[in-house]
Amino acid sequence: MDILIAFLVMLGVALVAGVLITVFSHFFAVPENPLKGEIRACLPGINCGACGYKGCDDYAAALAEGGVAPNLCIPGAQSVADEIGGILGVEAEPFKDVVAFVSCNGNCDATFKTAEYEGVKTCYAASMIYGGTNSCRFGCLGFGDCAAACPAKAICIKDGIAHVNTARCLGCGLCTRTCPKGIINMIPQETATVVMCSNKQKGADAKKACKNACIGCKKCEKTCPHGAIKVVDNLAVIDYEKCVHCEACVKECPTGCLKTAFFPDIPADVSSEDLLS
Amino acid sequence: MESFKLLIIILLSSVLVDNYVLSRFLGICPFLGVSKKIDQAVGMGVAVTVVMLLATAATWPIQKFVLDTLGLGYLQNIAFILIIATLVQILELVLKKFSPSLYKGLGVYLPLITTNCAVLGVTINNIIDGYSFIESMVSSLGCGLGFLLAMVLFSGIRSRIDDTKVPAPFRGLAVTLIAASFISLAFMGFSGIVESIFA
Repeated sequence: MDILIAFLVMLGVALVAGVLITVFSHFFAVPENPLKGEIRACLPGINCGACGYKGCDDYAAALAEGGVAPNLCIPGAQSVADEIGGILGVEAEPFKDVVAFVSCNGNCDATFKTAEYEGVKTCYAASMIYGGTNSCRFGCLGFGDCAAACPAKAICIKDGIAHVNTARCLGCGLCTRTCPKGIINMIPQETATVVMCSNKQKGADAKKACKNACIGCKKCEKTCPHGAIKVVDNLAVIDYEKCVHCEACVKECPTGCLKTAFFPDIPADVSSEDLLS
Repeated sequence: MESFKLLIIILLSSVLVDNYVLSRFLGICPFLGVSKKIDQAVGMGVAVTVVMLLATAATWPIQKFVLDTLGLGYLQNIAFILIIATLVQILELVLKKFSPSLYKGLGVYLPLITTNCAVLGVTINNIIDGYSFIESMVSSLGCGLGFLLAMVLFSGIRSRIDDTKVPAPFRGLAVTLIAASFISLAFMGFSGIVESIFA
């Protein structure tokens, strides 16, 4: 008899609880846009944040709300932009493929250490103490904060500086936001001519800090037939809208900081997920 | 006046002396898991406080008017767990509707409170200590604030640990537990303080 009462009491409590949850979930239900689920299914789901939203879920929600461009997903590239455009019934603007590029060539041969650093082995921590112990205060510190942040494992540290494996790079831009020196830039994937330096010191000082530094001699500026290269703050800057990769500047550069980079094209049938694995 | 003094004593002693995390060692899981950043720690602390208050408000009448009158006191644990889980579910639904920003901020920690033993501990201890309804509510408030205090203190300490060079064998969880034990020792110093304030 006792067990029956106990059973009934528990049953009653459980029933009340169940009814309460059902009632609350009915009256407090938040209607969800059905488009959101559809759009979310198109997105790659790696939550890189390159679109500027907190993750794929957040971007899908914003898209479903409307007023957001459908071509912001960088890992998803053109195919995802087209798919989302199809769902929303809008024409997606052409997608620009970008890759991360480390604007520094201050490897172990070219630079030296001004002091022994014994602290926490991250670029962020090292840069807090007088900008790090690298002789060039603009250059790569080589502790690999970017490599740790990269969701595609596309960055490695070699000879004390970071290198991006552009075939694996998703173009999410997480590394550009992680680098305390701000020397990683997103550049168009078809680019071939790059400035491998971020040093803004005057020529002589830059040369003292790093053998491979841009000394701001303006030879490239004078050479370029398309007016695509300018020296700003003692540092060559390429305008990729104008650059046609004729390599005239690469041949002229006395320090070799202008280089031709090779960006292997990612085959269209390789998805971001494949690259991640 | 006398009863008001008693309420103050219950509040202070449950915040400082009988701190659920640091003296009774309940709710250690979120204490170690969600204390990495101070804003998350505050969010978790506030959420736990609210759930503790709601849970006490629901479980105390159930115990007194249902279980005790039927002589089913032994069903306390299972009934309380059921009630707490229901409350957390309902709180989640209400927050999602009326405060999406807070709902987003708390994220996964909200459903995790369901399994927070500090909440169950508070509701059961209120019955064991023989508190009245008002006293139970004050005690729950105190326990929640104590949990919040412990979370905030510990997240501050952990952010300092992250910037320190820790010897290799102690890195990670080991040094976190050692730090937790030091705060716990420090809180032992509060024992007896509340009674002597009002003596």
